[in-house]
Amino acid sequence: MSEQANSARANAAEYVDGIPADQVLLRASGLTRHFQLGGAFSRRTLHAVDDAELVIGRNEIVALAGESGSGKSTVARLLAMVYKPTSGEITFEGKPLSSLHSRKDQLGYRSQAPMVFQDPFSSINPVYRVSHGILRSLKLHRPELDKEARNAEAERLLTMVGLTPAATYMQKYPYEMSGGQRQRVGFAQALASNPKLIIADEPVSMLDASIRIGLLNLMAELRDKSNVSFLYITHDLASARYAADRLVVMYAGHIVEQGPIEDILAEPKHPYTQLLLATVPDPRAPLAELAGADRGEPPRVVNPKPGCRFRARCPLAVEKCETVTPELRLLGDRHQVACHVAETVTGTVWDQNTSKESA
Amino acid sequence: MSHSDVTVPSSAGSTETLLEVRDLTVEYATATGSVLAVDKVSFDLHRGEFLGIVGESGCGKSTLLFGIAQLLSAPAGVTGGSVNFMGQDLVKMNDKQLRAVRWAHLSVVMQSAMNALNPVKTIAAQFRDVLRAHSFDTDIPQRSREVLELVGVDPVHLNSYPHQLSGGMRQRAMIAMALLFTPDLIVMDEPTSALDVVAQRSLMVQIKELQRELGFAIIFVTHDMSLVSHFSDRLIVMYGGQIAELGETRTVFDTPRHPYSRGLLEAFPSIRGPKVPLLGIPGTPPNLETPPPGCRFAPRCPVAMDSCTEAGPDLYDVDQVLVRCLLHEPGRTSKEELPA
Repeated sequence: MSEQANSARANAAEYVDGIPADQVLLRASGLTRHFQLGGAFSRRTLHAVDDAELVIGRNEIVALAGESGSGKSTVARLLAMVYKPTSGEITFEGKPLSSLHSRKDQLGYRSQAPMVFQDPFSSINPVYRVSHGILRSLKLHRPELDKEARNAEAERLLTMVGLTPAATYMQKYPYEMSGGQRQRVGFAQALASNPKLIIADEPVSMLDASIRIGLLNLMAELRDKSNVSFLYITHDLASARYAADRLVVMYAGHIVEQGPIEDILAEPKHPYTQLLLATVPDPRAPLAELAGADRGEPPRVVNPKPGCRFRARCPLAVEKCETVTPELRLLGDRHQVACHVAETVTGTVWDQNTSKESA
Repeated sequence: MSHSDVTVPSSAGSTETLLEVRDLTVEYATATGSVLAVDKVSFDLHRGEFLGIVGESGCGKSTLLFGIAQLLSAPAGVTGGSVNFMGQDLVKMNDKQLRAVRWAHLSVVMQSAMNALNPVKTIAAQFRDVLRAHSFDTDIPQRSREVLELVGVDPVHLNSYPHQLSGGMRQRAMIAMALLFTPDLIVMDEPTSALDVVAQRSLMVQIKELQRELGFAIIFVTHDMSLVSHFSDRLIVMYGGQIAELGETRTVFDTPRHPYSRGLLEAFPSIRGPKVPLLGIPGTPPNLETPPPGCRFAPRCPVAMDSCTEAGPDLYDVDQVLVRCLLHEPGRTSKEELPA
């Protein structure tokens, strides 16, 4: 979507991507990150994220979905200031991140938007007790607390994430805990700095299905009770639906569809979202018809030419898709999609393709 | 071809028994004693059958698989029972005898293809090693190309190193390697868990197609119960090293009889239909060093009774489904304790 159209709409209704302007917590516009491949003289550039428009409101869980290599984790790292954007800007509470020059300002932002990582087995230091990471974060980000207050606060945080009795868990080492419990420690560490946004990069994908739900419930509880927003990165649309308010779908570095999650899942408009949706295993329903049709993989986007990046896998691709990169446009109330033929997308796109290919 | 028909009833496999596991017991030696990781597991597998084994981390499902394939290494070891495969007991075989069976009749596909493949050898070289180990010297490149094409990978990638392939392609290459001799049984340990949903689904459909084409039997271990729901003929739900429930996949999904199976099923948010709050299964799997007395699921069970902590229940046969739960003890009539 062009910057102009976006701000025009924002001014007209005081809404940004369906969020009231005063409720916007974080906004990324034209967010782009390229990586140079090869040596210093190489002209090959990997386009990990291209021109992404993203808004996260207050008290909101936004799910960012896509396949491996779609650029989801790059977005997370850009938002967490691990990477600097190649171009584009991220504003947090109206303040651009590029204006944060001093260590103090950057630290301040990081305390407001910490990350929770995918692998709870390697993201917690195994030689320290659970209390260590939480206390360190408290010491760094909340210097007003004295030692006793820090201990009390750490126990409160552990109770909040469901690790009770907290005093016992404070003394445990990571190896004494299960994956789900460790991931809860990860959340407690993130919460220690009183954040407004937690960037959670596939926080449950390494965990057993039976304990994933507990963490998704925890995210919802923190949103409702502690006013924390989440960027929940996942490739599992079923868990996204369970936890999130809005959905952003990425493919090969582009945002291809976004909007309220129930709207999108009821009527996905991008053929790729349709594909993602139909691949979710659902024991309650018969096997979705389309599954076998797609054997494709997301492309590595190196020095891309214009055009839709999904066209090679898309059963509906037309000539225009080869030459013109589709931009996000509004289809319906708050539902945006980047597809030239979105109007013709129906629930049976992939079925027809299946029968065509295997006939 | 429509893919709705991949849900094959168990009669799809022939009735000839390929694998007979009887009272298989695996223990880990620890400093303080031994941990019973697999506790007297018995089941049969027919030719061409797809058997799913599901359960949480630490329930012993991978250990069971390794116990069947004789891949355990110290401190774990088979301490009892037998694994009768095509008329021979794998547990009693020596290394030389096992080598003759491996790849030719029994292949294993591991969880992480990145770690299972040799990073400094091309795919072709690794295929060659396997083929030569079984004195297959006639046309190695030809056979390598064939199996790669079978799994839908361009034979060009024979000259690739594992890091040059995507996760899905690596896992396909592993399966191709397992198919080099068209074995009778392929044992798979979470082959899709490192893949995202789209790649996962397409790999599952492909495994099922290959099975139909080539007729091998599959034992498929996963923690994601919904993954096998449309693919496996029968299902084993494991808990705390024991079989909690064993039955036809569809029956177990439609009418889960063990409270644990029910809990596992209800842990999955649905993508369609009304959005309902879920609880998952509170608590953690038992520490098998000190298993709880009686039923191992009792401490987490929503319908546990006093008698559950007294004696461990046996496997009871309820309408051809084996269930380890006192609620299904023969002679017990009060089924109303089961939640609707």
